[in-house]
Amino acid sequence: MYTQAMDTAGKADDGQKKLRSTEEVELQRRFDERIDDGQFIEAKDWMPDHYRKTLVRQISQHAHSEIVGMLPEGNWITRAPTLKRKAILLAKVQDEAGHGLYLYSAAETLGTSRDEMLDALHSGKAKYSSIFNYPTLTWADMGAIGWMVDGAAIMNQVPICRCSYAPYARAMIRICREESFHQRQGFEALLTMMQNGTQAQKDMVQDAVNRWWWPSVMMFGPPDDQSPNSAQSMRWGIKRVSNDELRARYIDAAVEQAKVLGVTLPDPALKWNEARQHHDHGPIDWSEFWRVIGGDGPCNRERLGARVKAWDDGAWVREAALAHANKQATYKEAA
Amino acid sequence: MTDHDSKVDETPSPGQGRAGEGTSHVPPPAAGAAGTEWPLWEVFVRSKSGLDHKHCGSLHAADPKMAIQLARDVYTRRQEGTSVWVVRSDQIVASDPGDKAMYFDPAEDKVYRHPTFYQLPGAVDHM
Repeated sequence: MYTQAMDTAGKADDGQKKLRSTEEVELQRRFDERIDDGQFIEAKDWMPDHYRKTLVRQISQHAHSEIVGMLPEGNWITRAPTLKRKAILLAKVQDEAGHGLYLYSAAETLGTSRDEMLDALHSGKAKYSSIFNYPTLTWADMGAIGWMVDGAAIMNQVPICRCSYAPYARAMIRICREESFHQRQGFEALLTMMQNGTQAQKDMVQDAVNRWWWPSVMMFGPPDDQSPNSAQSMRWGIKRVSNDELRARYIDAAVEQAKVLGVTLPDPALKWNEARQHHDHGPIDWSEFWRVIGGDGPCNRERLGARVKAWDDGAWVREAALAHANKQATYKEAA
Repeated sequence: MTDHDSKVDETPSPGQGRAGEGTSHVPPPAAGAAGTEWPLWEVFVRSKSGLDHKHCGSLHAADPKMAIQLARDVYTRRQEGTSVWVVRSDQIVASDPGDKAMYFDPAEDKVYRHPTFYQLPGAVDHM
């Protein structure tokens, strides 16, 4: 899951550096030509510094989101209602770990190291998707996350499969292939409760939908007119579809799916707009979004604390494994 | 992930540190503040018997055994493979993207290397 267009970093100045030499001007010209021609950029190809930085930021944020995203769902593994649901949830959480690893590797091709990225996460310098700073209060939240949060993630991620940076695009293709299961299992879990459940279970589903709707809608990032870096990312083929366009597609799809499920979406202003060919929706509370991104969501400290603890507690394992490997290598040399 | 030359070239800028540029290329030391990062491995998966191993991504592991184990977990969760190879990323020698035209373009105008270049009478065209 879970990239998010946040446009929080990347000040204009690192993009506006003066080109230094005629050689660099020529390289830049060839790079632009390839982008315009729809070609892919590979790890060792020349690329502008700002392109590299933008990608490192986006891909590492995306990777962090996958890893932090394991926490809210991991919370329910031991409490899944049946063995079947437990096996499904385990598989899904394991997928998120895999997705994080694909993405860290993709970012590393740009010359950053795994430890640098993790350090940025643990020190609070790097961001991750705002959605994981909300709590998972009931079992229905597992279904709602699958249906709504993974649904939003898929909408976001499919266009990135055509990203101009090939290692990222390849990682996204692999991820999208696995992601569809995530959304479907969530919808099916909710549908089971809505069709065969008690009134209390149905109420639980509706409550989960009510709580996850707005945070899911926010996953597409700020409105286009407040996304100063979007235009450059579009120009470079890193971003293919704008935040508002993706959000509109998501809402249109969700409205239909909610009908099948038999739940309502908590926005009285939702209404089909024939002229726009999209649903109109009520105002989004962007102050909440910025608050959560900025570190003051309901679970920010808990999430980051859990990551840092896992990393610190695992330090002796990482060191021991490396010491063992070095020792084995020494024996081999001596033999 | 996935670029098979991913970590071969740490700082890809023109004329500097290109992989495959003679024997002077020194593998980058394990990165990270304390120099304790596990080395990077490239992963190749054979999707079914009879087919080639194909590059599918990379991962960090302390030693070969762990690399194989992690490759199984990270890249074959859905029966994507029947066999995996891993190789240290710093052991891969790759061609230089700057040499792409010089290396590969000369094959472009040698159409006579393809069977379709030869027009034969219908009676023997299945040849």
